[in-house]
Amino acid sequence: MTKWIDVCATSDIDAEDVMRFDHGGQTFAIYHSPDGKFYATDGLCTHEKVHLADGLVMDNIIECPKHNGRFDYRDGSAKGAPVCVNLKTYPVKVEAGKIMMEIGK
Amino acid sequence: MVIVGGGKAGARAIVGLRGYGWEGSITLINAENLMPYDRPPLSKAAITDEAEPLPTSLLDLDMMTSLNVNHMRHTSAIDINRGSQTITLSNGSKVLYHRLLLATGAAPRKIPLEGGERALTLRDFADARKIRHAFATGKSVAIIGGGFIGLELAASATKYGCKVTVIESQPRILMRGVPDEIAGHVAARHASAGVTILTEVSVVQINPRSVVLTDDREIDAEILIAGIGAAPRTALAQKAGLAIDNGIACDTKMQTSDPFIWAAGDCCSFPHPIFDNMRMRLESWRNASDQAVTAVENMMGASRDFTAVPWFWSDQYDLSLQIAGVPGLGLSTVRRNLRDGAFIVCHMDADGRLVGASGIGRGNTIARDIRLLELLIGKKARPSAVQLSDANFQLKGLIKTDIAA
Repeated sequence: MTKWIDVCATSDIDAEDVMRFDHGGQTFAIYHSPDGKFYATDGLCTHEKVHLADGLVMDNIIECPKHNGRFDYRDGSAKGAPVCVNLKTYPVKVEAGKIMMEIGK
Repeated sequence: MVIVGGGKAGARAIVGLRGYGWEGSITLINAENLMPYDRPPLSKAAITDEAEPLPTSLLDLDMMTSLNVNHMRHTSAIDINRGSQTITLSNGSKVLYHRLLLATGAAPRKIPLEGGERALTLRDFADARKIRHAFATGKSVAIIGGGFIGLELAASATKYGCKVTVIESQPRILMRGVPDEIAGHVAARHASAGVTILTEVSVVQINPRSVVLTDDREIDAEILIAGIGAAPRTALAQKAGLAIDNGIACDTKMQTSDPFIWAAGDCCSFPHPIFDNMRMRLESWRNASDQAVTAVENMMGASRDFTAVPWFWSDQYDLSLQIAGVPGLGLSTVRRNLRDGAFIVCHMDADGRLVGASGIGRGNTIARDIRLLELLIGKKARPSAVQLSDANFQLKGLIKTDIAA
């Protein structure tokens, strides 16, 4: 069964920015793209487990704050060394100004 | 393609070559008998982790195989014949090269005193294990040199309850690395962890369990560590007659004085186009990686300048320090205060151009702004003091508008 989890208000994240979200012992990164959409990925970089919420968002790319690994946060694809493993992404929807994400089982 | 050196630069070069579509042979000549591994953990996690550490592999056996690399482990290059483009190896065999990348790294400086050979230095995984086992005895540790390696090791030694003294000959720690206020912040953190930092003194005598300083004090030193910098490994290049200038001398394309040989990482110096072609040599993880990428691209026929802004980090306790650009070129500073006591010092030259940024804070608090400042440094930007000092001012806006000089 899908279960939508409340994350925050859409106004809590600036456009072209990222925020940390913790839920059920897991940590995520929630993104607000320059074109006004919202996305969610695992919080930790697939390279050395550094939290991506401290990283820089430029257009549709999130950059790891330590080793500069880059991912497209819309589909989690790794954009070259040092990261070679894609980031897991999660479905996101917006309802009545609230961001919700589906974490799954 | 032949690469000498199995560190970060060598490993990155391999991935780069295949990434750029090189389908011919790649030979990696690696003096160590290990797969290429990452060095940043050696002063930190490899020493403090509870479990006996394993090298953090950069390229494991599977990757080496899939990248089709001829990995010659535990083998050194001892001679380069540039005429015949042949390298003689320590095992007596010879390897031909079409293009050669030297990524030989740097070697820790030794203490030029009698008994100095008992001082441990840190460069490779075996060194880290040695230091780990020494610290685990919980004995007294004297660290000569208040630079990044010395201080990271000091922080790691406190985890084992060692009595730690850092001996720095300059008026303060990190004299060349960071501005006064950041060094002060780091020193205070060490003091609260029980580390004694002595400045403006040096060691004049090494005893079996202590050292004697210039001011006649005797300091407990059952374990002695030398963190007094590293010298580029240039012997091979020098013997081959390549130009040397504080490292293997490269041009802006990371090419040495031989048109078939390139260099990358700690072993080489290069003129930096963003800083008036000032010649520099950088010892940093990201630099080794970035230079390897430029070098292999040019080895495959491109003609690209290396223009990455220098960037460096150091982790000590819960603090992370990051430096972008060349703070030493700055004449004035602007402080940018961030959350949780973190702050960044922005360094401006006489024309108001941003030339460096040094920051310190817990975790990765400073990372994003340092990254943005790094991008501004690369654009030769002149942000105003008002913009820099206001933490609420979005630096990202400056990057998107063209404010290049």
